[in-house]
Amino acid sequence: MDIYLVEAIINGILLGGVLALLALGLNLIFGVVDVVWIAYAEMVMVGMYVIYWLHAYYGWPLPLACLVAVIGVGLLGILVHLLIIQPILGSAPINQLLATGGLLFFLQSFATLLFGTDFRNIGLRMPIIEIGDIFISFSRLIAFCVALAGAVILYFFLSRTHIGTAIRAISQDREIMGLMGVDERKVYVITSAVGGSLAGLAACLLVLQYDVHPFIGLSFGPITFMICVLGGLGNMIGGFVAAFLMSQIISVGGYYFSIELSYVFAFLFFIVLMFIRPQGILAK
Amino acid sequence: MMTIRWPLALLFAVLLLLPLGLQDYLLHMAIQILIWGFVYTGWSVMGRFGQVSLGHGAFLGVGAYTTALLWNNFGLVPWIGIPIGVAFAVLLALVIGYPCFRLKVVGHYFALVTLALSQVVLLSIVAARDITGGSLGMTPNSVGQSSWLALQFTSKMQWYFVALAVWAFGLWVWVKVDRGMGRAAMEAVSEDETAAAAVGINVTREKLRVTVISAAMTAFGGALFGQYQMYLNPETLSGIGVSLQIVFAAIAGGMYSLLGPTVGALLTIALTEGLRIGFGTTLIGAANTIYGILLILFIIFMPRGITGFFGAWTKRRAATAAAAT
Repeated sequence: MDIYLVEAIINGILLGGVLALLALGLNLIFGVVDVVWIAYAEMVMVGMYVIYWLHAYYGWPLPLACLVAVIGVGLLGILVHLLIIQPILGSAPINQLLATGGLLFFLQSFATLLFGTDFRNIGLRMPIIEIGDIFISFSRLIAFCVALAGAVILYFFLSRTHIGTAIRAISQDREIMGLMGVDERKVYVITSAVGGSLAGLAACLLVLQYDVHPFIGLSFGPITFMICVLGGLGNMIGGFVAAFLMSQIISVGGYYFSIELSYVFAFLFFIVLMFIRPQGILAK
Repeated sequence: MMTIRWPLALLFAVLLLLPLGLQDYLLHMAIQILIWGFVYTGWSVMGRFGQVSLGHGAFLGVGAYTTALLWNNFGLVPWIGIPIGVAFAVLLALVIGYPCFRLKVVGHYFALVTLALSQVVLLSIVAARDITGGSLGMTPNSVGQSSWLALQFTSKMQWYFVALAVWAFGLWVWVKVDRGMGRAAMEAVSEDETAAAAVGINVTREKLRVTVISAAMTAFGGALFGQYQMYLNPETLSGIGVSLQIVFAAIAGGMYSLLGPTVGALLTIALTEGLRIGFGTTLIGAANTIYGILLILFIIFMPRGITGFFGAWTKRRAATAAAAT
């Protein structure tokens, strides 16, 4: 068997973990608050810049910088909800999507304004694992494991805690839950914070592998929305399956053709599946 | 409707005489405002009925690149190239629109499908770098002089009148859609698709109609912009960035009124240029930072845009004045 193909498949699986984590955060907000944060990937970019400055510039230890990023982007999530989403919760859902489109412009250009368009790297050298003739990047492996751990923690948060139960209940029926004594506003704020923190966590994992620049969000933002919708609303397992499907298309397609064409295939796959299974790939 | 005719005629008279007093630089801005105003008007033909597309970058790119590629590789003049580019865009709109409308892919889902479409076009252009020049962009072959045949003009004045004519055509299309029977049907569809279908409106056909008109206008505008700039770049003519830019300008100007999208073009281009002149290149990104904030504020406080806001304000004034007498 082609050794490079095996490598491409493994890389695809590792990429899938990070994409799944990203889609999870977006899915949570989409499912609970019923808003698409078009600027989600840009919030990840903010987290990456936080880590870059704290670690590479001010010399903080990396784990501490990552922690600050997770908390910081979580707070940013609360701000986004309170300042942008909450005032227009009653208007057409598409308006909320467009308002976060404004946020996308804002974050992207503000980062350009502050930091220029330079590509910045935290300068961390990670070893490369060699199994047989296959090379696996250690940073990708870490990213994959942490992403899975993050997903498991989120799962327990949603299924075992009181507030997690309330969040799931709201996503199923938002009218009734108000009558059941669940404070919707509080649930929305907490969901936004959790969604933001997940973006912060994704930032920690991506900063190990990629350079930070203001437009990095554009390279994985769109694919995240596609995964989120493909998986089906509020369907976490579906999101996971979709993430790994898409990452395989990207990784293996990139091996046989080119990276741009592999994304073209991924987007076409999304469009076609939207027509075949509009409720998500695992819908009954 | 008679009342808006006179101001509009006056506006055209001013626009016809305008270039006599403008320097090349200001003409350059006026041309851009007219071409983009045309594109934004094209977007709002469907946007005003709640069909929010984040994929108009796809049509823009298809129109511009088809025209330029046919010219460079086969020597086909834009008079043939542009209709072919528009036809491709219409075909694309049908291929995506028909299943979307049949299968009721609406709202968020429609926005995301069209977003995927604009990324597909962007990445395809980049991937086909052997013929399109990829991310570096491409330049249509210049004939070196003003030529109606090649649709290349050395004088800004000529371009101004071409752009003005196209823009006026765009307004005419908008008015046609506004006054047609289809408008009532589309308004019903945008309120409640199921109810609209129940009273006998062919929802899919009505939606496809505005989508095709909108896609064709956008592709035409893209091709024209490529001809004017004599440079095509995949990032500025396709993909999520320009798609959002179109949506923003149309909303900021006001997508429910005739001149709204043009006001949006005026606002965004004036802002970009103003900041560029004011701050030079030291503040790259300042214009978009302000765009972003404005877009958020517009959607929260003025979802009907500038023209919608002032339209409502003058109406209220008229109403209070009428009540007072």
